[in-house]
Amino acid sequence: MLNTYTYPKYEYRTPPEIAAGKALKVPVVIVGAGPVGLGMALDLDLQGIPVLLLDEDDTVSIGSRGVCYAKRALEILDRYGVGDAVCAKGVSWNVGRTFFRDKEVYNFNLVPEPDHHRPGMVNLQQYYLEEYLVARAATRPGIALRWKNKVVSVTQGDSGATLTVETADGMYTVEADWLIAADGARSPIRRMLGLEVEGKIFMDRFLIADVVMKADFPAERWFWFDPPFHPNQSVLLHKQTDSVFRIDFQLGWDADPDEEKKPEKVIPRIKAMLGDAREFELEWVSVYTFQCRRMAKFNHGRVLFVGDAAHQVSPFGARGANSGLQDADNLGWKLKLVLSGLAPPSLLDSYSEERVYAADENLMNSTRSTDFITPKSRASRTFRNAVLSLAKDHAFGRALVNSGRLSVPSFLVDSSLNTPDEEAFAGRMLPGAPLDDAPIEKGGAPGWLLQSTGSRFRLLVFVDDPAAVDAAALSALDCDGIRVEPLIVSRRALSADSLTCLHDVRGVAFQRYDARPGTAYLIRPDQHVAARWRGLDAAKLRAAVARACGRS
Amino acid sequence: MALNLKPNLAEAGKRYFVAYTPGDDFYESLINAHRDLSDEQSELLNARLILLLANHIGDIGTLREALAIAREGV
Repeated sequence: MLNTYTYPKYEYRTPPEIAAGKALKVPVVIVGAGPVGLGMALDLDLQGIPVLLLDEDDTVSIGSRGVCYAKRALEILDRYGVGDAVCAKGVSWNVGRTFFRDKEVYNFNLVPEPDHHRPGMVNLQQYYLEEYLVARAATRPGIALRWKNKVVSVTQGDSGATLTVETADGMYTVEADWLIAADGARSPIRRMLGLEVEGKIFMDRFLIADVVMKADFPAERWFWFDPPFHPNQSVLLHKQTDSVFRIDFQLGWDADPDEEKKPEKVIPRIKAMLGDAREFELEWVSVYTFQCRRMAKFNHGRVLFVGDAAHQVSPFGARGANSGLQDADNLGWKLKLVLSGLAPPSLLDSYSEERVYAADENLMNSTRSTDFITPKSRASRTFRNAVLSLAKDHAFGRALVNSGRLSVPSFLVDSSLNTPDEEAFAGRMLPGAPLDDAPIEKGGAPGWLLQSTGSRFRLLVFVDDPAAVDAAALSALDCDGIRVEPLIVSRRALSADSLTCLHDVRGVAFQRYDARPGTAYLIRPDQHVAARWRGLDAAKLRAAVARACGRS
Repeated sequence: MALNLKPNLAEAGKRYFVAYTPGDDFYESLINAHRDLSDEQSELLNARLILLLANHIGDIGTLREALAIAREGV
């Protein structure tokens, strides 16, 4: 098979604790250096927490695996310092074509909504994302990344977790105040702690192949329902970077995984699909089944579960790595507050509540896509085919075609950390909403609203005229030990002064936040709205910060 | 009343943050209604459903338009 990618081999170093015979004590250990564990390490690093990150392997993911990184994940990766690299290497696509049997039913063009920094999604093989995250982590002195360090046992007490770690040179002990399990769907940590994950396995198998196209092939997503070259099943073709395409064949439950993986079996399938003499070469083949399930809660004493270790969805809709990065985004700042004694440990219950809510939304959407793509009964198949037959001519039919829904972040509208509105607002930036981006200028240079937020609490104060701002009062916002950084969003260009000022050059921020002069938004470190008012009141702000930190 | 062929589903009191949600909500309910039924029972459910919805729509001109479009594609 061809290789467009050279797998890095990261260096194992003998842990000094082995010779010393002493336990390593750390505030936080993360197990699993996949995209979510690496993201988690970078998030905690932004919070100033030193991190020990253990991985049993010494390279990145084998095969392309996670392929689609959605807008919210890209925004989080921006905070982690790899957003530009991912977007530069990844491919953007806008055109999707849907086929039913031998005909194209319709195509769509996902023209991105203007005035956002990041597109709806980019496609990129998972190994690139991991490579960029590893490279970034290596530049951070606070992150100790240990390859070929395998956790073989774990116990937890009231004040932390104790891990036994196995290496080529022997074993050592890690004592951590907090353990974050980012060790994937099979999560050895979860198993060693005897914790359950509930859900169901889908009775279907999929063949997944990375194919290098020798000739030009459009950067489009093609989805076939019941095509002549693969009757009664579905097929997906998706562009990745380096002329690599992902092809996904539904095989059915009875297929033999070992037989189906053989090139002599795979190549004729792809030839039939391409329908012509276009040359290609196989790079990677795998057969997978999937499960839709989650843990009842994601925090268990001193152990916190993130990513696939906590929840698994079907791959339709790209909600695996995307939701895992949002777990890290949600957890980092909360753990920081708890570690520094600024919030009670119960704040971590809100991590579980909010991410369980998001996991359920992801499970619901990916299960719906799965049920549409692989109908389980004759009635369901008849409806699916009826929808596809109506989609060609009628907009309502197109809206019902579900070949995977774009992963979007949850609106955490029911979160206990939100302060409910007391005044009327239009639009969708309600408490719990993930922030909408907007183009701004900062010190005369073009930028984005989202780039100016994140990692800390912020107060967006919308004004017409910066002269009206009481800079002295705003610059000293301290809510019982928690610093809230003010950001002035002004319709007029501002002269520099002691406060950070964003010029809403085209009024997009005012419009998206339904702002008037005086409107203020309290923004969480994970770029969600915590509270908002038509005018700033110090007592209300302090109460909202306390609430967002789980102090009340 | 002309037959509406644009997306038109919504649930009273529910706020949607993405356009696909109301259609997917309905479709899930529709498929769930058929759960554990035999093919014959499913056909009967569909027939009853059409009769209920037709009566609700009321306008026979609209219903004839829908009947014609439905038959065209079979």
